[in-house]
Amino acid sequence: MAPVVHFRAAVALAGRFPALAGVDLSLHPGEVVVVVGANGAGKTSLLRACAGLLPVTSGTAEVLGIDLTTDHTTVRRHVGLLGHAAPIYDELSAAENVRFSVRALGLPVARADEALERLGLVGRLRTTPTGRLSAGQRRRVALAALVARRPALWLLDEPHAGLDAPSRDLLGNLIAEAATDGAGVLLSSHEPELSVPLSDRVVVMGGGRITSDSPGGRRPNLSAVPAADSPPEPGTMGAWHVA
Amino acid sequence: MWRDAVLVAGKDLRIEARSRVALWQVVPFAILVLVLVAFAIGPNESDLRHAAPGIFWIAVLFSTVLSIQRSVAVESGEGTRDGLRLSGIDPAGIFLGKAAAVGFQLLVLQIVLWAGVTFLFDVRVHIIWLAVTASLLATVGLACAGVLYGALSAGLRVRDTLLPLLVLPVLAPVLLAGSKAWQAALSTHAGTGAQWLRLLIPFAVIYLVIGVVLYGPLQEAA
Repeated sequence: MAPVVHFRAAVALAGRFPALAGVDLSLHPGEVVVVVGANGAGKTSLLRACAGLLPVTSGTAEVLGIDLTTDHTTVRRHVGLLGHAAPIYDELSAAENVRFSVRALGLPVARADEALERLGLVGRLRTTPTGRLSAGQRRRVALAALVARRPALWLLDEPHAGLDAPSRDLLGNLIAEAATDGAGVLLSSHEPELSVPLSDRVVVMGGGRITSDSPGGRRPNLSAVPAADSPPEPGTMGAWHVA
Repeated sequence: MWRDAVLVAGKDLRIEARSRVALWQVVPFAILVLVLVAFAIGPNESDLRHAAPGIFWIAVLFSTVLSIQRSVAVESGEGTRDGLRLSGIDPAGIFLGKAAAVGFQLLVLQIVLWAGVTFLFDVRVHIIWLAVTASLLATVGLACAGVLYGALSAGLRVRDTLLPLLVLPVLAPVLLAGSKAWQAALSTHAGTGAQWLRLLIPFAVIYLVIGVVLYGPLQEAA
């Protein structure tokens, strides 16, 4: 089966600096890969490159069979990115935000309603402008929009941030279901104790490269995972680099 | 593209209806401009009547800048900006939708200002078709050019101060042609008023076409 993500020596620039400095990564349908690494290691850049938001300038970079070095915009409608900032409008309610996201792809609105229910966004939470919701609730709205779109590639940047314990459990279930349905999931995390159990593989990034690739899930090798706040290695990208 | 445009326009207008920025900030600002410029001209009724079209369009022009800034601000956050790029919506549809939303707000604003001009300066529009046509064409031009330059400045930290510098000189032809057409519409004979529509038509068409073609690349660059 063709990989969902196929990167070989992929380089992407953030301004003048290489955000990705030769990434080698493959992600297959139904696979969950967790990306860990220190701040500035390139985790967010990798996710943004896969989403077509950060152009890959050299190497091989294919997502869902689309060559990102020649066309980085077509892939966008096929992926779902949950970034640090929730892609939602404060003045609109959860229902309006998720429906907008679904209608943009020409999908039936019923999908939005299903996703809202699945994320527990019912009653007042469904109709209140999202600007008045808590950070965790806003995160759930963004997650509902992603679930409703049912992308072939899930890109989750620190998805556990701001979520309470039940929401974290729900997120784990959603990731497992997406993988069962054949979607690829690429997840960056500073919380390996939460994310590694969900994963098939754990890759470690440093200096804009993948430095190790080990099994995850039932065979976690947490000792191989560096602490979230460990400093970048000498000679690698530090805090100046857009992660 | 048209479906996307309707979706984006609906979203922007709904946000505007909730935030009420246009109602509580843009409209009062436009009325304030009307009153302040009238103060500056003085109490002579003849002078005020003569200047009324120019004052009207100056108020519309300044208010356009505020409306554009607001339109850009809706997607100024990293999350919403990326969200729109990842939404799958055709950039041309985004441009048309945002321009339609701004244009609708400007039309409502002009109706309010029209009433204000009539009340404050005691002027009457005698050739309604000329005034309405000029307003419609100018609105299309203002909205399209404004949204285009809004996209140009969107990613910049200094966008709020840069946007007026970029957009006001570009919109000067609308100020000129709109004022002249309205001057004719206030008189009892169309005169050269209709000729000024010939300036507004290409302005609107050119910025409409440029916006549809260039909005995508500008969005990426921002």
